[in-house]
Amino acid sequence: MNRNIKDTIVESLTGVCVLVIIFIIVAILTITIIGGWPNLNWTFLSEFPKDGMTKGGIFPAIVGTAVMTIIMAVAAVPFGVITAIYLAEYANEKSIIAKTIRFAVKTLAVVPSIIFGLFGLGFFIGFVGKNMDSLFSGGELKWGQPNILWASLTMALLTLPVVIVSVEEAIRTIPREMRAASLALGATKWQTIRKVVIPGSVSGILTGTILAVSRGAGEVAPILFTGAVYFSSNLPHSLSDQFMSLGYHIYIMSTQSSNVDATQPIQFATTLVLLLLTFSLNAVAVVLRYRIRQKAK
Amino acid sequence: MKKNKTQEMVTFNKKKFRFSDWFAEKIIKAVAFLSIAVVILIFIFVFREAFPIFRMDKTGAAAAATMVQESYGGAGTDISTPKLADNQVDNSNEIHVPVDKPSATLLSKTWMPVSDNPRYGLWPLVLGTLKVTLVALLFAAPISILAAIYTAMFAKPRIREIIKPVIELLAGFPSVVIGFFALMVMATVFQNIFGYASRLNSFVGGIAMGLAAIPIIYTLTEDALTAIPKTFTEASLGLGASRRQTAFYVILPAAVPGIFAAVVLGLGRIFGETMIALMATGNAAMISINPFDSVRTLSATIGAEMAEVVFGDTHYNVLFLIGSLLFIFTFALNALAEFYFKNLVVRKYQSKK
Repeated sequence: MNRNIKDTIVESLTGVCVLVIIFIIVAILTITIIGGWPNLNWTFLSEFPKDGMTKGGIFPAIVGTAVMTIIMAVAAVPFGVITAIYLAEYANEKSIIAKTIRFAVKTLAVVPSIIFGLFGLGFFIGFVGKNMDSLFSGGELKWGQPNILWASLTMALLTLPVVIVSVEEAIRTIPREMRAASLALGATKWQTIRKVVIPGSVSGILTGTILAVSRGAGEVAPILFTGAVYFSSNLPHSLSDQFMSLGYHIYIMSTQSSNVDATQPIQFATTLVLLLLTFSLNAVAVVLRYRIRQKAK
Repeated sequence: MKKNKTQEMVTFNKKKFRFSDWFAEKIIKAVAFLSIAVVILIFIFVFREAFPIFRMDKTGAAAAATMVQESYGGAGTDISTPKLADNQVDNSNEIHVPVDKPSATLLSKTWMPVSDNPRYGLWPLVLGTLKVTLVALLFAAPISILAAIYTAMFAKPRIREIIKPVIELLAGFPSVVIGFFALMVMATVFQNIFGYASRLNSFVGGIAMGLAAIPIIYTLTEDALTAIPKTFTEASLGLGASRRQTAFYVILPAAVPGIFAAVVLGLGRIFGETMIALMATGNAAMISINPFDSVRTLSATIGAEMAEVVFGDTHYNVLFLIGSLLFIFTFALNALAEFYFKNLVVRKYQSKK
């Protein structure tokens, strides 16, 4: 196809851009693996930090991240699925309500994560928590401070659009004929949604949940001041406890620990754990989504 | 509705379902409104906490125009709850106050919130953010647009199926991981290449933030390019143009509004990026145009200082004010991409048809 040298040069230049991006991705992965692998073993995964954070493992950070993302998913997924059902099944595309909801979802998707952190601090802690304290415990400080519940809910708001977009995409791949058949058999709309639409979009709901968990596990800015702590000697055992998180651990260890060089192996290993976690979750989601798209074709 | 309910009691299963149908729809609709409610609540609560600054300005100005800082402290202590302050503030009167009055600190050139004489000058932060954003955009936009052109125009279908998901995986990298990579690896490598003084600076931070924006710009640009009707390509190739000419003189101009929208959304991501800014830009609030100097961005300032401020303090309110600025800016960018550019795309196709 190439007729002259100029064509070849320009086409190769665009190809080089692709290669540069892929090279950067590979570089991040390789360097993290090389730096983190030697230190990654069972003790590292199952022990508490020791000797002023310079030795030991990251067990509480793993548990904290897991608990936080589970609470987050429990809060975000039902709301996300229902919103997606509304947008795909009930809403009239041209109505102002549907348009506004769509715009709100997009806005939530682009609002910087630090703003969610501020909102969590101002709304959940400063407003809801403070009022809960004065109502239930007579002003004693229990909910009006950072904890794992507020951090998870803040994160749930951040990941809501992720769930909505994935589920709606899956719902839209269900053939119109299936809905028509269900309605023609005498089922009501709600029955159709329950028996046809929701079962048909299970893979989409799964994709959305996985993507949300992956995003929530990796984000740090929203939990900076809504619940994450540098070190806690206990695992969180109630919703009003603070927690350690993998991402926050990396941030603190690499920027604010007293001895950055001594903890460098721990930093790399923690980054590797977080990267493996989000990377594998994303890979699963990509495969699932690919299947949904193939089905739609 | 009442009729429905009474029928349901006397008759048979089938009617009951009709009620549940109605009920389900109402619930679903109510839940769908949550997204709107959250956006509105974010507006209210972020702005609410920023508001007392303007009130303090008023008391400060009334006391003594020259001693603004001291009256700030005084006013800060007598506002015990933000709610109280909110009630007392008359919105319409106070909003324009900072424009003419408290320029003393908010518009000054030093950001020094923790000192005997605290100064909340936003200029170094705003300029720092713009500098980093510029570096990031100059790096991310060309490379992702060219990569998208390759993927959409020149790559064989099988290779395209590999490239797309691989680049989209970059979107799954947590920003703290990219920040860590920038801090540990890129900072050292770049310092060895360019030999500048401060290891962490707006150049390193900008490149790292560009990495975070690449998947957004790439994916949306690719979508915009593939959305151009196949007939455009066929007509151009049929007239004897080469693939390069078709891509750059036919498809690219047609996709410009979509690409603009992609860049704008990438810009929003860069602008609000916090963790990379915290870890890789050096966090020194100073005014300079040298890209190899350290900077402190707006979002990093919130992230770094919010944990240490006193609840309800002036500093706390100023950080929320910065948050409001970020929120307004990204909200406006999103609205721009959503309404303006989308309309451009629609109009373009209509006129071409």
